[in-house]
Amino acid sequence: MLGLNKKDTRFLLIVVALTMATPILLQPFPEGSGLAQFNAGYPDLMQRFAIFGIFAIGFNILFGLTGYLSFGHAAFLGIGSYSVVWMYKLLDYNVIYGLPLAIVMSGIFALLIGYISLRRSGIYFSILTLAFAQMSFNLAYSVLTPITNGETGLQVYTNDPQVLLGATEPRSPHFFGIVMNNSSKVNVGDWVFTFNNGYYFCAVIAILAFYLSLRIFRSPFGLMLRAIKSNQQRLNYTGLNARPYTLAAFVISGMYAGLAGGLMASMDPLAGAERMQWTASGEVVLMTILGGVGTMMGPVLGAGVIKYMENIFSKINDQVLHGWFGWMPDGLEDFVIGISHFFVGKSWHLTSGLLFMIVVIFLPGGLVEGGQRIRAMFAKKRGDDDDDPKHQPKQAPHVAE
Amino acid sequence: MGILEVKGVGKRFGGLQALGDVNLSVQQNTVHAIIGPNGAGKSTLLNCFVGKLIPDTGSVMFDGQSVLGRSPHEINQMGISRVFQTPEIFSDLNVMENMMIPCFAKRDGAFRLHAFEGVENEKELVEKAEQMLIDVNMIDKRFMHAASMSRGDKRRLEMAMCLVQEPKLLLLDEPTAGMARADTNNTIDLLKEIKEKRDITMAIIEHDMHVVFSLAERITVLAQGTPLVEDTPENIKGHPKVREAYLGEAH
Amino acid sequence: MDAILLQILNGLDKGSAYAMIALGLTLIFGTLGVVNFAHGALFMIGAFCAVTMQRIFGMSFETVDPNQKDFLGNPLKVKTPYLESWFGPETGAAIIDWSVPLAILFSIPIMLIVGYVMERGLIKHFYKRPHADQILVTFGLAIVLQELVKHFFGANPIPTGAPEVFKGSFDFGVLMGFDPNVIIYPYWRMVYFFFAAIVIGAVFAFLQFTTFGMVVRAGMQDRETVGLLGINIDRRFTIMFGIAAAVAGLAGVMYAPINSPNYHMGMDFLVLSFVVVVVGGMGSLPGAVLAGFMLGILESFASMNWIKSMVPGIDQIIIYLVAIIILLTRPRGLMGRKGVMEE
Repeated sequence: MLGLNKKDTRFLLIVVALTMATPILLQPFPEGSGLAQFNAGYPDLMQRFAIFGIFAIGFNILFGLTGYLSFGHAAFLGIGSYSVVWMYKLLDYNVIYGLPLAIVMSGIFALLIGYISLRRSGIYFSILTLAFAQMSFNLAYSVLTPITNGETGLQVYTNDPQVLLGATEPRSPHFFGIVMNNSSKVNVGDWVFTFNNGYYFCAVIAILAFYLSLRIFRSPFGLMLRAIKSNQQRLNYTGLNARPYTLAAFVISGMYAGLAGGLMASMDPLAGAERMQWTASGEVVLMTILGGVGTMMGPVLGAGVIKYMENIFSKINDQVLHGWFGWMPDGLEDFVIGISHFFVGKSWHLTSGLLFMIVVIFLPGGLVEGGQRIRAMFAKKRGDDDDDPKHQPKQAPHVAE
Repeated sequence: MGILEVKGVGKRFGGLQALGDVNLSVQQNTVHAIIGPNGAGKSTLLNCFVGKLIPDTGSVMFDGQSVLGRSPHEINQMGISRVFQTPEIFSDLNVMENMMIPCFAKRDGAFRLHAFEGVENEKELVEKAEQMLIDVNMIDKRFMHAASMSRGDKRRLEMAMCLVQEPKLLLLDEPTAGMARADTNNTIDLLKEIKEKRDITMAIIEHDMHVVFSLAERITVLAQGTPLVEDTPENIKGHPKVREAYLGEAH
Repeated sequence: MDAILLQILNGLDKGSAYAMIALGLTLIFGTLGVVNFAHGALFMIGAFCAVTMQRIFGMSFETVDPNQKDFLGNPLKVKTPYLESWFGPETGAAIIDWSVPLAILFSIPIMLIVGYVMERGLIKHFYKRPHADQILVTFGLAIVLQELVKHFFGANPIPTGAPEVFKGSFDFGVLMGFDPNVIIYPYWRMVYFFFAAIVIGAVFAFLQFTTFGMVVRAGMQDRETVGLLGINIDRRFTIMFGIAAAVAGLAGVMYAPINSPNYHMGMDFLVLSFVVVVVGGMGSLPGAVLAGFMLGILESFASMNWIKSMVPGIDQIIIYLVAIIILLTRPRGLMGRKGVMEE
């Protein structure tokens, strides 16, 4: 179906089902219970899951397949956001104008930056992309203020032209009248599920993005990209020119980043330069590695974990901690809470940094590899004695897993 | 007129004259060996054919066109495939994927943004790759991870990858270097088989005499960057100059 | 002429910091072959050594002064630093005043230990891993170190003063025969430059004139051969890592009065330092120093008003622009050796 084989179709359907059911799946705890703070089914967070999922899927097409580590992808995120907000300012709040522009603009910039950066490889490539991203960031903050509104960030003002704005049109981002901010709440017993328009808009686009990336992974083009990572010399002597392939991958992943940036501005009509800083590029690297670089599901998973931690961990404050550890003797309680402080609240970045290091050191394949190992362990326990690993040729791992 | 015509090629590295005035002609459908002691300039010469090096003087014509100044992938697209001293394969991919890449290169050229068709759906190319794997006795290993194969299998795979492109000229850079005797014999058998099954032109760089005399139809002896003689194996064996320059040392 | 001189002077302090960090990066890169994204964090730790020193020296106890009253009429509480009560008010105040330079002594052992632990505990396991993995794991480490510092010291910059003697500026112009008040230069920045010159000189002298340095230099050229000679090159490289960490730390300690330390200063300097290393040429120590000063000065030239009015925004991007141009036209950088990090 859809140009995919059976296994991939099933895989895609599972992803669609999970994405659609996210508002329910992420609310496992009833409202008012002690664990309700671990619920993640609120619109803002779910939107970010989808948006950063797209960002990471795109980044993975470059880094996961070709092995070229870019530290400058946040620049495209920013370009996407600015494009969308500008369309609000000039035309109206319908995101249909902004999003295509976001993709096109980031594609153009990616073509330019990629064309230059890809003349070098390895660490030099990383530093070139880093330099371009920092340049964009610095310029957005300084001379480009007329376009970016500098530190304040770009937003819509009442005196903006908005030439297409109708009298009855919503005054916030919408898609042909479907207002992103609107949600409907459903109460089931003690559970409250929020179905948000913005989330579903992002989710549909994310699924589309995922599907396209799946097709790329399975295509001859994807195969060439993996070949580039594996052995560029052999590729050249097989009659293939690596540079247009890497450039195409760079542009595609830049467009994904632009789309993600555009969606950020579609949820919240604001664009700031801090989105372009290189540490923001670092974040997507982190997501991709954490989930499992080069795998289909990994980057999405990584994006989810990071964004979940950012939200949930950073919300845990003193009060919550006292609630948890209240049963301990006083001295011990204070000690445990003191230690916990390192990892939660404002310090959640420490947790993500540590997690990241642990993954790079012990689990280079990320969480996906972790899952595979655990599954393999169980499979062994079940006792499949008939396939003796010594007499079976080692099968290459399938990229989808 | 040979398929590969080398005229007056010279190459200098700093003070070292690696090649001086090499003339060579590889005829269609022959196995042409280039032999010579270490440092004779064999590898330098080969690198001049594939675009890795550009000679200072002379010309290298392949199939009526000059290869000089072209990059390796362009030269491959002209019809020259190369086997390396240590097998160069895509070790992160499986055997079948390794085979598909040259198939695509042959059909689609140096670049094609072919992003939405499944690799598996390219029935014609899959069949072609599988047929090639059958020819080299590797079909049962087609889903094996390339990195986990033995060195002999890697060599076999690399040759299959080159052959599936149906090159007009196959260059082999010491295909048996560092191999045990049994592996060497296997490789010789494989090359003989290939030669019997299809019309192919090969140029082999080799210093193992056993390999050379089992395969070659023409031999060029290179010494200190210049060709000493070019003749049939029978004549080379008895040639006093060659004995002096090369065989005398080897035996 | 005077404007040019002023800009050169203005570029020196940043250039000094770039040069010292880039020197450490290059040492680590040249000896261990590791790309250390945590090097900026070491610079930051150095700066916070100075902050800590100032806090420790400033620790005080409260006494009630019966002779003075606060505005509510209660007896006034007076804070007296311990140092002043131990050594007398004058000596004590002098020590507190000099806490930043004194922090140098305190930071060297700390940075050596940090460097040692980092190399043995983490970096060692990454020698054979791809450069991308090295970048990633040290990037993770940088985040962790940065967050730890943020946890203890907060997110706001902490003003850290230089000794009173070095506050104020020096009229450099008068010395050179210009009008007064044309070229004025803060004393501390001058101190920073001389300090950097001494540190850099010491590192070079160490590499040039000691047997240890000779082995390390030989190891940078050809690690395997030196290893074959029966010299324990690994242990020396560990020490080298400690030294590189110390150089970055020292750069940070003395930088504290120039820019109030904050937890993300390491990341800010890291990117620029990498650019410096690349411009200087990967693996070239003189290249790193030269490029550090060059880019520092170039940056300060680009911020001159008439240049900014000609090319708006040039001050923001000049370093990156230079880096991109150099990387594309001279792939090995200004003084890089052949074959370093090249595939």
